[in-house]
Amino acid sequence: MPLVKNGKIATDIFVHIPDGAELPGDGAILVSAARFLEDPEALLRRPGKLGVIWPNNRDVDDLVPWLDRLAAVALVFPTFRDGRAYSQARLLRERHGYDGELRATGQVLRDQFVFMLRAGFDTLEAKKESDVEAFAVTAKRYSVFYQPTGDGRLTALNRRLAQRHSESAASE
Amino acid sequence: MTSPLEQKIRISGPSIVTANRTFDGAVIYRNASQGWSTDLSEAAIVRTVAEARALLAESVADDIGAVGAYIAPVEINDGGKIKPGNLRELIRLRGVTIELPVLA
Amino acid sequence: MYAYDELDRTLLNERVEEFRDQVKRRLSGELTEDEFKMLRLQNGVYLQLHAYMFRVAIPYGTLSSQQLRRLAHVARRYDRGYGHFTTRQNIQFNWIKLAELPDALAALAEVGIHSMQTSGNNTRNVTSDQWAGVAPGEIEDPRIWSELLRQYTTLHPEFSFLPRKFKFAITASAHDRAAIKVHDIGLRLHKNAQGETGFEVLVGGGLGRTPFIAKTIKPFVHGRDLLSYVEAILRVYNQYGRRDNIYKARIKILVHELGIEKFAAEVEEEWRAMGDSALTLDDAVIEEVRSRFSYPIYEKLPHMPEELKKAAHDAVFERWRRNSVFTHKVQGYAIVTVSLKPVGGPPGDATADQMDAIAELADKYSFGEIRVGHEQNLALPHVAKRDLPALFKALEKIGLATPNVNLISDIIACPGLDYCSLANARSIPIAQELTRRFANPETAELIGRLHINISGCINACGHHHVGHIGILGVEKNGEEFYQITIGGRADENAELGVLIGPAVPFGEVADVIEDIVEAYLALRGRPDELFVDAVKRLGVEPFRERVYATR
Repeated sequence: MPLVKNGKIATDIFVHIPDGAELPGDGAILVSAARFLEDPEALLRRPGKLGVIWPNNRDVDDLVPWLDRLAAVALVFPTFRDGRAYSQARLLRERHGYDGELRATGQVLRDQFVFMLRAGFDTLEAKKESDVEAFAVTAKRYSVFYQPTGDGRLTALNRRLAQRHSESAASE
Repeated sequence: MTSPLEQKIRISGPSIVTANRTFDGAVIYRNASQGWSTDLSEAAIVRTVAEARALLAESVADDIGAVGAYIAPVEINDGGKIKPGNLRELIRLRGVTIELPVLA
Repeated sequence: MYAYDELDRTLLNERVEEFRDQVKRRLSGELTEDEFKMLRLQNGVYLQLHAYMFRVAIPYGTLSSQQLRRLAHVARRYDRGYGHFTTRQNIQFNWIKLAELPDALAALAEVGIHSMQTSGNNTRNVTSDQWAGVAPGEIEDPRIWSELLRQYTTLHPEFSFLPRKFKFAITASAHDRAAIKVHDIGLRLHKNAQGETGFEVLVGGGLGRTPFIAKTIKPFVHGRDLLSYVEAILRVYNQYGRRDNIYKARIKILVHELGIEKFAAEVEEEWRAMGDSALTLDDAVIEEVRSRFSYPIYEKLPHMPEELKKAAHDAVFERWRRNSVFTHKVQGYAIVTVSLKPVGGPPGDATADQMDAIAELADKYSFGEIRVGHEQNLALPHVAKRDLPALFKALEKIGLATPNVNLISDIIACPGLDYCSLANARSIPIAQELTRRFANPETAELIGRLHINISGCINACGHHHVGHIGILGVEKNGEEFYQITIGGRADENAELGVLIGPAVPFGEVADVIEDIVEAYLALRGRPDELFVDAVKRLGVEPFRERVYATR
């Protein structure tokens, strides 16, 4: 699956283990939320990085107790029209302070890249190779943002105020 | 969202496949040579669900050329001329039923 | 008028370039229609019966003359020479070519006009009172807050893929001209006991298949908390709104299914969890936006200028003045409604020539500003009373002085089956016939204020549910039929109309409306008892009887 991680095309180190399949001895794995919640401690004790695929119709609050021990959380866009994972992403990053890998999976298209980055995703499992290749150009498409999210970009309102202050400071 | 191919197809008489041309939105009709025409008289006629499904499938496959293909009823008069089979198709063929302002 | 700065313009241009690339990828086949559809909708591009339809945003219904001229240019260059003003203060072009859209968008972006989020499952145009900033008794200009909301909701990364469309409206006057009670979020601006600005927040209003009047979720949200509170509502909706059934996906359904108390509690919990929000508006930020709104420098003018006294003998002018001219908050000025409902014409349309002419009149008589109302008329908001006679003459020349504002022939209608692929029946010919039946201005004045709303299908873009008389097109055995409702209202006393009986065929609708009007004239308690009040007093029965006695 073509992957963009931290702004670059990358090889995926995580292996998705389907429910019922045996877990490998070590190595980075992604498991379903259902499997994880059956016995989170056991999975977390296992050597190798652990990531959880969290469904988009379930409160992320249920995952919060283990967030600081997870290497990755994968959120799901079952269709690109279904925007629930954007809210989940923002809550994980901004409310719960999660700073591990946050991955967008499912129907992930180029035209949602900027929204996803702004919502806090740092890893994108894109549906099309060509979209991954266009990532650099796409991510630079917008330079003005109206609303604050956890991504640290200054909003237009803040930039204007800063400009005002520097103008009035210059005229003093 | 159901694909037009999965939707139930009902034929109650002679029918055609119609769509809108992608680059400019013009009304088009699927013809019998795997193409499209803006002329209703060149539309391929189907009379059974199987024929309709096949014509629709090939139409939908032309995703670059056409948007929103569907099956529409027609009437064929004694002279063999194809006419729109309902008010909606009549409006699509002949344009709005009201007077448009004169283009200055 | 809000002045775009470089940041606003940059965003528009970036959006235009993005869409240009998306159109290119669609036409080359790199994007399928399924992938492209959502993207084009996010730029207001629909596929309709004959062609694409392009919906351009007019934020809170305010336009400069330069912008109106550019809309005229787009109508001429890229369309068939006319546009249609909508019930959400936007404008629609009906014949646009997809391949030419990026150029049309670039032309509009040059004057600060865009089509972002005029369609799709996102947050749409924040509409307001078309008399904002000039209405007597208005608490403060709601457009400042509309602009804050517009910026906040534009390309919001979290809320661009909602379960369904989301519409806001704001009013700052006791009389609600923005129909806030039938919006997903309605905002009533008012001041608390300390004189601070805030909003009564209502949610869950909407028309369509399952109409609802909005309910109050919080009686007072301080202005500084407006955006954070709205974010809490949107987040609850984004997560819990239904996505399995498009007919049950609006927030009104969620509010209805949870109940307003539970819904309010969910929002409150989310809002509290947000804590000290980066969205909290401090005074500096509000002032920043306010400072970029420019207002006319009004002259000190007399209440009754000579020009007006002299023109008083002209009966035709007087009729128009009585009908289309409204009191301005500044002495010596007036708000002029420009009726886009000529006898026999499609309601809400204007030709490119008319748009150019109105732009020129705005420059001459209205400080270069035009407003668009949700009733599909335009307004010139700053006309000096001394200029009214000259303005009237000029409007008459271009067919825009029909003295029918708020009267029976001032009909609100959706495009209907003539244009729209969702429609069951035509609406424009119905409207045209009705304007012909009630063309006599004396008859219309006698009948008084009466709002007819026509929708060509249950999606209710014509707002028929809240018409004094509502007309809904349905299909019966391949024929066009119409259901008639009466007693609806869209204002602060919003109510849904009641069906009077079985649907009637296309050819009989105008007769039915005439019957209803006859019943009203016969039964009204006083000449100034409005139709909608008479219906409230009498109920539907007397009207039902009159209409269906011989049908």
